[in-house]
Amino acid sequence: MTPARIEFRGIGKRYGTVQAVKPLDLVVEGGTLVTLLGPSGCGKTTLLRMIAGLEAPSEGRILIGGRDVTDLPPGERNVSMVFQSYALFPHMTVLENVAYGLVSSGLSRRAAARRAEAALDGVGLPGFGPRQTFEMSGGQQQRVALARALVLEPEVLLFDEPLSNLDARLRRSMRDDIRALQQRLGVTVVYVTHDQGEALAVSDRIVVMRNAGIAQAGTPMELYVQPDTVFVATFMGEANHVRGMIEAIEGPLATVAAGPLQMRLPHRGLPMGPCDLILRPEAVRLAQDGPLPAAVRRATYMGAQIEYRLATPIGDLLAIMPSAGPTWQAGDDARAALRPEGVVLVRADM
Amino acid sequence: MRGPIPCWLAALLGTALLPWNMQQDGVTLAGLWAWGAEDAEAASALWQAVAHGRWWFWPVSAALILALPGLRGAAGWQVAAGALGLAAVIGQGLAIGVQGWRWAWLEGAFGPLEDRQFGIGLGGTVTLLGFLFLLTGGLARRGLFRGDRFVAGGVGLLALCILVFTAWPVTTMLAQVLTPREDLPAWAALGERIADRRIWGLGCLAGGGCGVFWNTLLLGISTATAATALGLCFALVVTRTGFPARRALRLLTVLPIITPPFVIGLGLILIFGRSGLVNQAADAWFGLQLGRWIYGFDGMLLAQVFSFTPTAFLVLIGVVEGVSPTMEEASQVLRASRLRGFRTVTLPLMRPGLANAWLVVFVESLADFGNPIILGGSTGVLSTEIFFAVVGAQQDFGRAAALAGVMLALALGAFLLQRAVLGRRSYVSMTGKGDAGIPAPLPPLVRRLCHGVALPWATLTVTVYAMALAGGFVRVWGRDWTPTLSHLLRAFALERTADGRLLFTGGAWSSLATTVELAAIAAPLTALLGLLAAWILSRHRFPGRTALEFAVMLTFAVPGTVIGVAYILTYNIPPLEITGTAVILVACFVFRNLPVGVRTGVAAMSQIDRSLDEAALTLRASTFRVLRTVVLPLLRPAIVTALVYSFVRAMTTVSAAIFLVSAEHEMATVFIINRVINGDYGLAIAYCAVLILLMAGAIALIQLLVGQRRLGRRAPVVAAPVAGRA
Repeated sequence: MTPARIEFRGIGKRYGTVQAVKPLDLVVEGGTLVTLLGPSGCGKTTLLRMIAGLEAPSEGRILIGGRDVTDLPPGERNVSMVFQSYALFPHMTVLENVAYGLVSSGLSRRAAARRAEAALDGVGLPGFGPRQTFEMSGGQQQRVALARALVLEPEVLLFDEPLSNLDARLRRSMRDDIRALQQRLGVTVVYVTHDQGEALAVSDRIVVMRNAGIAQAGTPMELYVQPDTVFVATFMGEANHVRGMIEAIEGPLATVAAGPLQMRLPHRGLPMGPCDLILRPEAVRLAQDGPLPAAVRRATYMGAQIEYRLATPIGDLLAIMPSAGPTWQAGDDARAALRPEGVVLVRADM
Repeated sequence: MRGPIPCWLAALLGTALLPWNMQQDGVTLAGLWAWGAEDAEAASALWQAVAHGRWWFWPVSAALILALPGLRGAAGWQVAAGALGLAAVIGQGLAIGVQGWRWAWLEGAFGPLEDRQFGIGLGGTVTLLGFLFLLTGGLARRGLFRGDRFVAGGVGLLALCILVFTAWPVTTMLAQVLTPREDLPAWAALGERIADRRIWGLGCLAGGGCGVFWNTLLLGISTATAATALGLCFALVVTRTGFPARRALRLLTVLPIITPPFVIGLGLILIFGRSGLVNQAADAWFGLQLGRWIYGFDGMLLAQVFSFTPTAFLVLIGVVEGVSPTMEEASQVLRASRLRGFRTVTLPLMRPGLANAWLVVFVESLADFGNPIILGGSTGVLSTEIFFAVVGAQQDFGRAAALAGVMLALALGAFLLQRAVLGRRSYVSMTGKGDAGIPAPLPPLVRRLCHGVALPWATLTVTVYAMALAGGFVRVWGRDWTPTLSHLLRAFALERTADGRLLFTGGAWSSLATTVELAAIAAPLTALLGLLAAWILSRHRFPGRTALEFAVMLTFAVPGTVIGVAYILTYNIPPLEITGTAVILVACFVFRNLPVGVRTGVAAMSQIDRSLDEAALTLRASTFRVLRTVVLPLLRPAIVTALVYSFVRAMTTVSAAIFLVSAEHEMATVFIINRVINGDYGLAIAYCAVLILLMAGAIALIQLLVGQRRLGRRAPVVAAPVAGRA
């Protein structure tokens, strides 16, 4: 199994007059796990299906491992895919399902069955071969689908929202398993999800998509700490969106005013004038000596932390603070301070 | 099939070796080697060109040579060669017939032609298909159809079939309206035929007789309205009440499928005819002469309502079940009474379904030939008038074409209306998600109404059927009630000769054998082609997909009588000279019933998650392997249904077949109709009984052969996410 690099060159997809994917360039390095993240209808699944060869791009080329695969049918691409519905063949046993691709590739039935059994062992389902697929639980079906994809030793493994049909607890353990498996095998993985928590947990890199194009690509931390736009910031977790004013720019830093607050932040190429600020809720801190008057509208106890809804001169803010330590109640008049590392200047959305 | 070489070899084989034309006595094994044949008609195309001076085959050969660069990978050459080959084969066939040039302008352009040729045969067909797949394969290699040769070939095949067996005949027939009459030029003849008083006359308003158009329309509207109302009552009783014999009632829906369309007509004659039960009783007890009212509009209406109520019932079961119970529960929670809920929620949700059922019955009534020909008397409808225009003393194909054109317009109108009503498969409350609601019981008023209407009608239907079948087993209905098997024996007598051989001496054996044989040939072809079309249409996107789908469904809207006339007109002469053969009957069955296969297939395909195909594709299976190992096994129930339907429909069809039968190939239904026309009811009815039994048996047998495995644990066929629902 050689990790292969995937390269999109000007890939776009159009259905009639609807632009499903705007022409874009993107590289997925070999051996990494890259997540396509975005709301439904953003084009992420279409992009994935174009890698698999299930949809033909309207323009551009796709290269896998340096080979142009744009015109190749799915079966000739050395790519495997795990489907959202798992797509296990209901008229075949588990073993027949896992062996299907091997038999398609021309292996004898016996050899295929032997390797399929090994693959089932590999996903923790030894001896499940003779079962019918619909006798199995969701998590087990998921593992069968995974074994069926892995047994072909593909250069590229594709996941289309693989966890969306599992309950919350199973989802957590499956996503850890997928990540561990990917790192053990060193295979290139493209993973589609609309769940940012899932994306943060499994990815080397995340590509956030919006309106049929790429909004921003980067490591999980880059996207969380330095989102380019309001959309990326709000999609990558809770965020307070505040309007401010850039009053001066000196070197890499800008002086930003928002209500009674004055901050010095990296200007990130933005000009003087009105600007958009993102305040992560964990950067908003209630304190007796804060510069910002904040009326506590609501306090919600969440176990390890407390969420406060605050009314302030710069707008309504969400603050998250540890539940150990001083606490406030709805109706309290408090003051808030900001931690500068949780505040970032962003571009407005188009 | 890898690459273009097999297609090219097929085209070469068909051009060089096989006999190009259709052979008078069929193709013998020795006759297959047609290179060097002395008789031009028995020779291959290339030999006809080389040795018999038939230069019009040279372009076909040129296409073969043109394809050579294509065989080594030049897709452009392949496309060009395929297209040229198709054009050359079709062009020569259309241009040159039994009397030389088919059109005068060709003679002007190329000079007079001494030679002539007959219809296309084995060689021509193989060549045509070879070039077709060469073309589609080339198009696929150029990136169309997502590069999938198999899909490209399937689309090509379907398109060709529809063009040859539906579009061409219908156009040919419609063009007949334009043939000049001895006293009139073409345009005047057209006007004369279309504006005929016998079609549009409104004499009935003044107490006379109306034109056939109005008769047909009124019959269709009355039948559709009555049958839909009755069908709705049945559907509500079966799905929404605790009526104990619900299953038995459902069996009614099978009746129209397995009975030839005129059985009801026969049954009514036995009850209300001049020597029918009711008339006899009225005469004996009250001295009343009821006369022959059954022969005419009222009789046809009664027969059609009996015949098509089960059809409406079948359609409406699905509609009623499709109404989400949650909607009704919501209306009740919102304090609507049950009656109000039914009136304001249930009925409106069913409205598109009701409209659909109405239109289905309307089209059936329009196309019905069996009942009107038996009961019509002097009242004509379009389907019977077409028949009499063709077979009667008139032999007026121009008039038949005009009538057929009117009928086609009506049918297409209903078809388009139906598509508009159903929209793009928007069955309002079918969400696809599990629906936890329980269907609300009917409001008492509605329930009583439904019971009051449906149950007596069901009893009546069964009585009519019982009469129809009993009539074959008494000596002379109405006069001599002695039970007898003599009618059955006249039809199906067996005699043993002195040396112990069995002789089929009964009059019906030959038509029965032909019918079963042709239906058995047509059924698998229909199922295969129909499911292929369903798979292509529901799983693939390509330019022209909508047009293809529309064309496939359109063939369904063309009434059988129209197809019958169109076929004899078109296939009487080269290039496709199949009138009088079994081929024309099989072709008729296949393409008339194709949409049934397609609908069954599309419905089944929508139950199979698309990701199953895709998973198989990414698992390195070829398109054909996906079809064979994933799609077909999952479609097994649909295959059974399509097989059964096409077999049974081929056996019970009358309207088109009545034009296409010949002395050699007679169909059971046509045989029966002819008995009825001759007044030989006993034999006709006995034969019907045999047919019904046979078809019930056939359905059971096909179920057993193909369908046994689906009885297993195949319940959750759909790859539904299991855990998500837990």
